[in-house]
Amino acid sequence: MVEFALPKNSKLTKGKEFPAPENATNLKRVEVYRWNPDTGENPRIDIFQIDLDNCGPMVLDAVLKIKNEIDTTLAFRRSCREGVCGSCAMNVNGKNTLVCTKAIEDYEGTIKIFPLPHLDVIKDLVADMTNFFAQYASIKPWIETQTPPPADSERLQSKEERKKLDGLYECVLCACCSTSCPSYWWNSDKYLGPATLLQASRWLEDSRDENTGERLDELEDPYKLYRCHTIMSCTDTCPKGLNPAKAIADIKKMLAIRQQG
Amino acid sequence: MIYRLPLTGIVSITHRMTGVVLAMGLIIYVASFFVILQGNDSYLQLQSILDYTIVRIGVWFFVYALFFHLCHGIRHLIWDVGTGFDKDDMDRNAMIELVFSFVLTLIFY
Repeated sequence: MVEFALPKNSKLTKGKEFPAPENATNLKRVEVYRWNPDTGENPRIDIFQIDLDNCGPMVLDAVLKIKNEIDTTLAFRRSCREGVCGSCAMNVNGKNTLVCTKAIEDYEGTIKIFPLPHLDVIKDLVADMTNFFAQYASIKPWIETQTPPPADSERLQSKEERKKLDGLYECVLCACCSTSCPSYWWNSDKYLGPATLLQASRWLEDSRDENTGERLDELEDPYKLYRCHTIMSCTDTCPKGLNPAKAIADIKKMLAIRQQG
Repeated sequence: MIYRLPLTGIVSITHRMTGVVLAMGLIIYVASFFVILQGNDSYLQLQSILDYTIVRIGVWFFVYALFFHLCHGIRHLIWDVGTGFDKDDMDRNAMIELVFSFVLTLIFY
């Protein structure tokens, strides 16, 4: 539900300030959210000075540099470093993004890195994605059929049918969109959120799937789908350039058309 | 709040707030009719209240809220048809809304 003030144990405190390396001239100030569940202390903001002459071009490179050279206790997720695994989603200067595909030089001044908003924090920049992935599983993200497959081939698609999946299948489930959505912040227990709904749309659009009716029945719910109020944060923030808001509107349209008979 | 809402997000929450303003304002608006019905004296009294600058600003805010709510409502109707979702047009359309609601308020004046 709506909470306008932070709970006491979430109030940010000032953290450590790490000194700039000697002889470095090209410095970038990076502030990072830190929270350790074991200490019982409130979250803090640590300040780092990154020597850009000795650092890769992406924000992830800066985070890795902190981990490797300055403070090894920093916890975060990352894997592919090229925007296909969806692990390194973080909130940078007020907007969610995959830090591996975002260049440091895109930000003027200080870079402020937080975990994804409105998820429970496990440690530092690692957010709890349990509910997010459970919601994804709830829409049955796999093909469902009633007819037996053709005896001597796979279920085929025409080029046009395949084209309908463009802009949907590319999603890497990084949760940038869902955690940017005010509706999802307030109602993440009941509202599926843009990422899951984009995936729902992906299976509704798939010509090989034969459970469209049941999928729509599942989604026809005041919370699951209709908590979307076209705020557009999702489309604005998606690091893959996808359009979850459009996908949700398409689902609403499918339902409206079905009601007309 | 650490999240920086995009312009579309700001416009969206403004839509909701203007909705609340309109609902409250309507009560005051209807109440003013009852006051007028009390007769000549109360009519003149209401008139003098309306002359206060702060009350006038309130009235104009109500009028602007009405037109803004209307403009964004129309945009919602366009969205409901399934168009107007192009990422590049988002901010431009939000600006059109804001400009139009101002223009309509000025025309009303």
